[in-house]
Amino acid sequence: MSTTVRDTALFGIVAILLIGTGMIQGWNSALLILNMGLISAIMALGVNLQWGFAGLFNIGVMGFVALGGLATVLISADPVPEAWQAGGLRIFAGLALGALTVVAAVQAQKRLEGRTKTIATLVILIGGFFLYRAVFDPGKIAVEAVNPASTGNLGGLNLPILLSWPVGGLLAAGAAWIIGKTALGLRSDYLAIATLGIAEIIIAIMKNEDWLARGVKNVIGLDRPVPYEIDLQNDPGFVERAASLGLDPVTASTLYTKLGYAILFTIVLLILLWLAQTALKSPWGRMMRAIRDNEVAAEAMGKDVTARHLQIFILGSAICGIAGAMMTTLDGQLTPGTYQPLRFTFLVWVMVIVGGSGNNFGAVLGGMLIWWLWVQVEPLGLGLMNILSSGLEDGSGLKERLIESAAHMRLLTMGVILLLVLRFSPRGLIPER
Amino acid sequence: MDFLNAIVALANFVIVPGLAYGAQLAIGALGVTMIYGILRFSNFAHGDTMAFGTAITILFTTLLTSIGITFGPLPTALLALPFGIGATILLLLGTDWGIYKFYRQQKASPVILVIVSMGVMFVMNGIVRFIIGVRDIRFADGERFIITARGFKEATGLNEGLAIKTTQAITLVVAFVVMALLFWFLNKTRTGKSMRAFSDNEDLALLSGINPDWVVKVTWMIVAALATTAGVLYGLDKSFKAFTYFQLLLPIFAAAIVGGLGNPIGAIAGGFVIAFSEVTITYAWKKVLVYLMPDSLEPDGLVQLLSTDYKFAVSFAILIIVLLFKPTGLFKGQSV
Repeated sequence: MSTTVRDTALFGIVAILLIGTGMIQGWNSALLILNMGLISAIMALGVNLQWGFAGLFNIGVMGFVALGGLATVLISADPVPEAWQAGGLRIFAGLALGALTVVAAVQAQKRLEGRTKTIATLVILIGGFFLYRAVFDPGKIAVEAVNPASTGNLGGLNLPILLSWPVGGLLAAGAAWIIGKTALGLRSDYLAIATLGIAEIIIAIMKNEDWLARGVKNVIGLDRPVPYEIDLQNDPGFVERAASLGLDPVTASTLYTKLGYAILFTIVLLILLWLAQTALKSPWGRMMRAIRDNEVAAEAMGKDVTARHLQIFILGSAICGIAGAMMTTLDGQLTPGTYQPLRFTFLVWVMVIVGGSGNNFGAVLGGMLIWWLWVQVEPLGLGLMNILSSGLEDGSGLKERLIESAAHMRLLTMGVILLLVLRFSPRGLIPER
Repeated sequence: MDFLNAIVALANFVIVPGLAYGAQLAIGALGVTMIYGILRFSNFAHGDTMAFGTAITILFTTLLTSIGITFGPLPTALLALPFGIGATILLLLGTDWGIYKFYRQQKASPVILVIVSMGVMFVMNGIVRFIIGVRDIRFADGERFIITARGFKEATGLNEGLAIKTTQAITLVVAFVVMALLFWFLNKTRTGKSMRAFSDNEDLALLSGINPDWVVKVTWMIVAALATTAGVLYGLDKSFKAFTYFQLLLPIFAAAIVGGLGNPIGAIAGGFVIAFSEVTITYAWKKVLVYLMPDSLEPDGLVQLLSTDYKFAVSFAILIIVLLFKPTGLFKGQSV
């Protein structure tokens, strides 16, 4: 029972940290941290599925998170009929041609032999590429010319934004299927480089294909699953209830919406955690761990290692996609320029490793704890630097330098924590059991 | 005349930048490949090692210029380079002693070392930001051009100009010197030979009395020199920004893997393969084709295969193609 007590205590510490934040810095900041912490926990669950269960070294988390974000725009934004008329069909015809080219090339690779194979593949690829560009480019230009200041893209389906969460998962799963088909046969560090590269490519596509989601022009003002603060403040019933709790309407409304998000995110997290726990304890989960620990032996026992790897790669990526869609919903905007591998890939890895790879609760704990730290390191560092430099006179170069450098404490702290955990407690805070 | 113009345009926009970029990638990839050959893991902190060496070099460059020492027409950074290399050697030896050594003694699996190098990457990234901040820094001084586009046009009477930046020429010269030194060291000296033996077969090398600690130390020193040189050359040619150096990791790894991990010649070849494919596929060929094609066939578009933002996609696609068809790279590399 002592392990259960220990785990509960660790989650208790996170709760105390959040409550402490609420008391000192205000409940709005505490809820903000909690919401992103919940999303981080879901990302960590996804990575834990791939790394902890199956030993797949995926450092392309950022790409799947961004695809999830893309789903929010494609699902919830208003459609732009002028753009569809201008070139929607052309774009889809072009994309279909592109896909057809790839399929044909793969078929040529499989069916043909010797020199004909090489020549046929090259002809298909090069011909297909130019055909694709010829069909696709005019459509793209036409669509992007439609009112570029406010739209310039095809828009979305105008469906409820909550629907975009599962769709984000599906998008990420689709991408993971393509990636897994090509790259999963590679050994671990090649797979790492491959996924790192694919994540960069996904971001590059989202930045440059303006017809899709406006690229670096960003999509702002996405729908929300919770009410707007201003509507709440204008609602007499809400103001009355807030007053009865002793809160002014503005604070009450911001807390209300943030709590709404927190509840939604907690529900998703609990469902996914339950699914992951069930999977881990099922025969399937034991098979996964057997494959992870000894691929050759598992294969000799008749397990299809490649297929299982593909399966879990898709599942883990889908979870990251769901988290990405949730994050974009929380932000209310899609900004492809802000996706950075250090923040969205490597930080999630720190969460998984610190929390305990192979243990779902560990991943959740790591997600919440590391996110809290990531947010709080900067103010803590600033405080530390202020104390350190308090002896120095104001305006001295060293003092300014020290205070300025507090902003860069984050990465350093994360690295040090990762290294310390790897060195002294490589199985993490809640180790695999 | 048209043909000459086409050649000059090609040289100006494709060959010269491609050669310089390729040389920078090659030196970077040499560092990655050396670590892989001797220490047997992919070092994700390599980009940030380059950034660290460059940051120190920039600090010494400002110091030297502030006390009035410059290198005449050449960039002062070349004088400061040895200081940067020295600091990076200290940093890498310290990292090895404090971090990697433990896992080597544990005989940890390579993937654990990769994750450890991720931690080192975070720390180094933080240190670089501490030292020099996140701004874009240009630190090339001295003459900017060997041949200017205008001077070339006036001298030859062609329509197209050919510009060669001092930094591009320096990159090629330094790269050549570095590679010659490295191969001389690996093939002719006792330590170099023991390093190659260690890389080929660790057990056999240990049996024949090679001191593994010394081999590892020398490897880190060489890697420090290579990383700093690559970083400084890239920074001189373009500009220094901590984040860009982190992103260089991808083409550098692509170069090392395409050439065959663990194989120095492969790393050099891979660097140029990656650089030239990035440049040619993202270059707008209209300028060259206008001279070569008859008027009736002149292209109306830019004839750019992919927009420049997709250059990552190019190095990545080549990486995947090579891995699928020749898993050990163009030159035979190791596979663990």
